[in-house]
Amino acid sequence: MDTVMEKPLTEHIRPDGKPLSLKEYEAVGGYSALRKVLGGMAPKDVQLVVKDSNLRGRGGAGFLTALKWSFVPLDAPKPKYLIANADEMEPGTFKDRILLESTPHQLIEGMILAAFAIQASESFVFLRWAYKVAAHAIEKAIHEAYDAGYLGNNILKSGFDLDMHLHTGVGRYMCGEETALLNSLEGKRATPRAKPPFPQISGLFGRPTIVNNVETLCNIPHIVNKGSDWFKRLSRTEDSGTKIYGVSGKVKRPGAWELPMGVTMRELIEEYAGGMQDGLRFRGALPGGASTDFLVEEHLDVRMDYAGVAAAGSRLGTGTLVVLDDHTCPVGFVKNLEHFFAQESCGFCTPCREGLPWVEKTLQSIEDGKGREKDIDLLHMHTRYLGPGNTFCALAPGAMEPLQSALKYFKSDFDQHIHDHRCPYHAIPATLEHA
Amino acid sequence: MLTADEITEIDKAISLVPVRKAAGIEALKIVQQRRRWISDETLRDVASHMQMSAEELDSVATFYNLLFRRPVGRHVILVCDSISCWVMGYENLVNALQERLNIKFGETTRDSRFTLLPNCCLGCCDGAPALMIDNDLYKNVTADQLGEILGIYE
Amino acid sequence: MAIIFIDNKAYEVPPGRNMLETCLTLGFDLPYFCWHPALGSVGACRQCAVKVYKDADDKKGRLIMSCMEPVTDKQRISIVDPEAKEFREHVIEWLMTNHPHDCAVCDEGGSCHLQDMTVMTGHNYRRFQYKKRTHQNQYLGPFVNHEMNRCIQCYRCVRFYKDTAGGKDLDVFASRGNVYFGRSEEGVLENEFSGNLTEVCPTGVFTDKTLKEHYTRKWDLTMAPSVCHHCSLGCNTIAGERYGELRVIMNRYHGEVNGYFICDRGRYGYQHVTAPDRIRKAQVGDKETDRHHALNEIARVYGPGNKVIGIGSPRASLQSNFALKTLVGKDNFYHGVSDEEHRLTEFAIRILKDGSVEAATIKDVEHADAVLVLGEDLTNTAPRMALAVRQAGKQSFLPSINKIGVPSWNDAAVREVIQDKTGAIFIATLEPTKLDDAASDVYRGAPDDLGRFGQAIAHLMEEAIPEVSGLTAETRDIVERIAVALLRADRPVIISGTSLANQSVMKAAANIAWALHKKNSHARLAFTFSECNSMGLALMGGRRLDAAFDAVRNGHADTVIIMENDLYRHSRKELADKILSQCKNVIVFDCLPNGTTQKASIVVPAGTFAESDGTMVNNEGRAQRFFQVFEPANDIQESWRSILNIGDLVSHPRLMKWKNFEELTKALAEEEPLLSGVDKVSPPADFRVAGQRIPREPHRYSGRTAMQANINVSEPKPPEDNDSGMSYTMEGYRGIPPSSMIPFFWSPGWNSVQSVNKYQQEVGGPLSGGDPGLRLIHCTNDSPKFFTDIPEQFKPMDGRLWLLPSHHIFGSDELSARSAVLQERIPKAYLIISEASRVEMGIHEGEELSFEVAGRTYSLPLKFSATLPKGVAVMPMGIDGIPYVDLPSWALVKEHHMAEVVTVDVNAKKNQ
Ligand SMILES: Cc1cc2nc3c(=O)[nH]c(=O)nc-3n(C[C@H](O)[C@H](O)[C@H](O)COP(=O)(O)O)c2cc1C
Ligand code: SF4
Ligand code: FES
Repeated sequence: MDTVMEKPLTEHIRPDGKPLSLKEYEAVGGYSALRKVLGGMAPKDVQLVVKDSNLRGRGGAGFLTALKWSFVPLDAPKPKYLIANADEMEPGTFKDRILLESTPHQLIEGMILAAFAIQASESFVFLRWAYKVAAHAIEKAIHEAYDAGYLGNNILKSGFDLDMHLHTGVGRYMCGEETALLNSLEGKRATPRAKPPFPQISGLFGRPTIVNNVETLCNIPHIVNKGSDWFKRLSRTEDSGTKIYGVSGKVKRPGAWELPMGVTMRELIEEYAGGMQDGLRFRGALPGGASTDFLVEEHLDVRMDYAGVAAAGSRLGTGTLVVLDDHTCPVGFVKNLEHFFAQESCGFCTPCREGLPWVEKTLQSIEDGKGREKDIDLLHMHTRYLGPGNTFCALAPGAMEPLQSALKYFKSDFDQHIHDHRCPYHAIPATLEHA
Repeated sequence: MLTADEITEIDKAISLVPVRKAAGIEALKIVQQRRRWISDETLRDVASHMQMSAEELDSVATFYNLLFRRPVGRHVILVCDSISCWVMGYENLVNALQERLNIKFGETTRDSRFTLLPNCCLGCCDGAPALMIDNDLYKNVTADQLGEILGIYE
Repeated sequence: MAIIFIDNKAYEVPPGRNMLETCLTLGFDLPYFCWHPALGSVGACRQCAVKVYKDADDKKGRLIMSCMEPVTDKQRISIVDPEAKEFREHVIEWLMTNHPHDCAVCDEGGSCHLQDMTVMTGHNYRRFQYKKRTHQNQYLGPFVNHEMNRCIQCYRCVRFYKDTAGGKDLDVFASRGNVYFGRSEEGVLENEFSGNLTEVCPTGVFTDKTLKEHYTRKWDLTMAPSVCHHCSLGCNTIAGERYGELRVIMNRYHGEVNGYFICDRGRYGYQHVTAPDRIRKAQVGDKETDRHHALNEIARVYGPGNKVIGIGSPRASLQSNFALKTLVGKDNFYHGVSDEEHRLTEFAIRILKDGSVEAATIKDVEHADAVLVLGEDLTNTAPRMALAVRQAGKQSFLPSINKIGVPSWNDAAVREVIQDKTGAIFIATLEPTKLDDAASDVYRGAPDDLGRFGQAIAHLMEEAIPEVSGLTAETRDIVERIAVALLRADRPVIISGTSLANQSVMKAAANIAWALHKKNSHARLAFTFSECNSMGLALMGGRRLDAAFDAVRNGHADTVIIMENDLYRHSRKELADKILSQCKNVIVFDCLPNGTTQKASIVVPAGTFAESDGTMVNNEGRAQRFFQVFEPANDIQESWRSILNIGDLVSHPRLMKWKNFEELTKALAEEEPLLSGVDKVSPPADFRVAGQRIPREPHRYSGRTAMQANINVSEPKPPEDNDSGMSYTMEGYRGIPPSSMIPFFWSPGWNSVQSVNKYQQEVGGPLSGGDPGLRLIHCTNDSPKFFTDIPEQFKPMDGRLWLLPSHHIFGSDELSARSAVLQERIPKAYLIISEASRVEMGIHEGEELSFEVAGRTYSLPLKFSATLPKGVAVMPMGIDGIPYVDLPSWALVKEHHMAEVVTVDVNAKKNQ
């Protein structure tokens, strides 16, 4: 394990978590990357360092950031758009919140740099409604940035113009899906769009658009400042940089920490989260939010990077673990997840709209002790046919990941529910009527 | 009838977007802020100001769960019902809440002081179980804290 | 062409289309819901899944939605792959979890795409064992019934109503498993094309309310191919009858004309056929009698001593007009239309024949990349063409959209790229029109000023056309924008018509089209007319109505035979009264009582389109055949048949020779040079396939032996059809009939209208054997002489108003206005004047204005318009009893007063 650990994204966070003011941010080198870039780098140069840095998107899909940028036609006329995806609504995920609340300028600088790299003239922070503290911080920071000449026309006399707006959503997990997010910004229903055309060619208002995750963008200033090799060295593995990992569930110290890419699940749970609560055993965890496959004990030493988690049969996703302990019912656990997905389905495509409620009802009846053997086949059918490509967007496939792995790793629990006609764990109260 | 300041705010939102309709959601947020919820009449008024049909705007309004098309109380309680909170005892918390307020999800107390709604992950899973009342977030909430917390909201 | 492999068999297909269309065109049965040939793909329902393989070695493949997949060369797909089949079956299973399974009481049952697809995928055993979600239904007005629980969320309804037809009051609400399609509150669907929802919806959510009132399963209807009689476009329809009663009108696909859609006037105007006051018995003097007696009376009158003339009609078939013309002799045959209309229609024909551009079909309009509408309020004068113009809106964007890899059929993506931009559509009319929202430029002016506007555009393209002076700078800008757009276009269409009764508008339209033609051979020109057979009548020689009146006035005629024509709709009441009272005998053939039948000494009941065989010529000069749907009861029969009977009675040398429709039509084709070929528009009466006729009844037709049992237990012999190769039975040829003889669409496994796929050469293309109808008019002169006259600018007159007609989709057409279900949609009488005139005359809200025109005083409630030019006024002639007057004319303003009851001429009211 590394002795000196750099935490570029979080090292300057104030102990009280209050947002760094412009002054404070500048005092620790804030906006120097922007000065550097506007001081004579070309958009392509910025794309190049980011390319060399191997930065992958932290929003869940892990797509190479510079590659995504490269699809934007640089010569396309104004407007072009850059959007920070701050809709963080993936259950179990609370990493972007930290960055938004405590270092808003880091995000803004990252956005300006990204915007410059694709020559965008307009940018949005798409923030979920519930992040009130973050909303204030960003609002204030944007004003400060305008006043300081980091935003607006002719930024730092470089001739580069960029406007930035904060847009707070009105609910719905779907808004985080990048094309649904665009529809929402256009004042429409947040249903996803067909690709092609890809947003990089025809996105917001039919113009070239890049959507990046908050954490992704926060990395940009540091990469520009310290270079791609430095960024690669931050990590323990091929996948470069640090990652904000989180742990929630029945552990001693739930929380989030910026760590080198590639720490193991064991380190996260045992060292950083202080291990399981007394008397509880670890049974499994969702490594990267609700829409990732369970990992179990045998995976505890899996390196938490894109390749490592994939090799173990799951996805790094958002890198925030949700831990399942041995006193919590796996069926109830998955039922809760599927309830979430069924609720958040946009209702556009058939398998998701009709399939997820069926899955939820089936899990509920198993949990209530009314399950039948056939129900397991039904669940398997859904995990098979709600896969990628079969539905219009990635919501439903994401919903199937925890289910399919639960059916694999916790089969005995499902069977026991069905045979005993009851939930072997503490009696869970009857379903609550949800409005 | 939209009030003068609602209209100025909405027009400001419109001025920021290339397509008038794109400010529709913003406009609904603006009126909801002032009226707590969006009645059919309000919806029609906003629609006509946006130069949209009531259908077109309602199609959007009814999609989002935080645009209220039914009356809500003076304070809206959003209880996180997602996974981490569920693991950490969401159900006891909700039962306690529902007993205390004597309403179910989707309902409003008789004195229209509170409306109780479930909400997906509030993004503070390390502070589960969590709930929000209006703009305030409460972490690691236990049933016995409820009295004190609710007391803050008249 | 591309080679693709479907289940390892190679096929040659056009590249770029989507895989679903391609498979359907190749004849495969592949299920689908959200895709629609006219609405394109959105990939919502996931029903059309197939397997696609990387290459020959790829055995695993992956599922794709065929409707979203462009066809590329060497592509390998599988339809029968077990995984693909199982997925398609599950999609139905998912859709069925909430479907009520109420087929037995559902109007769609038996012609339901959802039923067909369910059977096709093989899903039959229900595994979902939980509660179904339910919805409340809405009242949507007199046309369309709403049953939301049956919805399968394919999004077709909104995509048609909102995206395609420009409707504002239907949308999708809520989300997840709750999505709801309807209005935000109950109420009448406002869009003029709402009826198409009943055919677009793949199940029973939206169904035809008028059929519901006397419901009959589609398979229990006797059906025939018909042609809409309610405007000049001649949309193809299917008309269905049961128990001797016309019960429904459905769209009949025609690749060039109406495609998949018709308007609500066409779909719901049919109830004039079943109107209670329908003329069912003949009448001599004021006595009801039978037809035989009446025809004998006519024969007697026809005899020596009487000077007989005949007045034809633009709403009667060619056959009926020709029969009458033959009976009275061509010098005594008069067109039953006003002089002005007569002149304008002939003028339009001259432009189309002696010009350099072909008439535009509706499909041409739909595919046009620039459209200029000059003077026509299309939504009200030629509704289906308005719908086509809307589609043209996206054409100008498609090339650039295709360039970024988005195929034109990828509907949602195309709309996202276009956003709210309007295409190269330009509308210049008197008043705002419902189509304006689709236009990027609109212009308002009095008719002559519209003519000037058009000439100004033409001038920028063609120096031979003089410059138009005195245009404002703003107008010059619009003129220039339009000229540039039209010149840039590859398939421009200019649309004008006769509804403003203004030649300068038509001239300008011709000039622009011709000028464009000099630079680009794809330019097209469309004119619209007032009646379904205006064009046909005009192509048939004949004299003007005024001449007929003169003939009576100065005693050259004392007996007039008026066929399917209410003179009170084509001439001033005073005049008509005078002429008719001067005649010894007034003989009238018609289907409904009107001012003219009231004055008749002999009335013969005439068949409506549903009870008739005939041919009409639509606005593009296309002769189209319509077939009798059922044998009428009582004395009703086609006018041409009655006249043939008279011919026999009076031993008319020529009429006698013609024993049936066939022979009559042959003679017509021989004797009328401009109509030669009309006998060929559909197969002859002796047409048979393998000795079999084309049955008007589906093979599932039921109750035949029982339906008459209360009258007679022995099953009656079905009527013989001597006029066509069709039969009134369910027996006959089961295959695909000639394109002009399709009584209904059906194919094994395809019981809904979606089976039309099987009747087309390629999906969305021409019907197999070619689209029906014969173009009678072709342009013959590659460099016509341009019209160089520029009308004077319109000048208001003190104390007078330049009075013009306005038109309404519901109300302006004579016959559909008598349809019960349309009544609540017909506007009340009104007069629109400009805001400026209002101020000048000091008129207040709620007042009405009396004015005198052509010696008659009118008093109408006022509406005010900010756009109408000062000194111009508009009223809906023929509606709500507003009697006919030659328009445009100057009206003398009398006085304005608070509105009481609308006072319009009492007789005129009766005339309605
Ligand atoms: C249903 C759904 C919800 C999503 N929610 C989020 C989100 O809340 N935040 C986010 O950054 N990405 C979210 N994503 C991923 C985005 O679509 C997109 O891939 C990401 O924002 C791209 O940013 P990146 O390349 O920097 O990772 C979501 C995807 C799906 C399918
Ligand atoms: S999978 Fe389909 S229904 Fe589900 S969210 Fe995506 S598009 Fe909507
Ligand atoms: S028809 Fe292809 S997804 Fe609906």
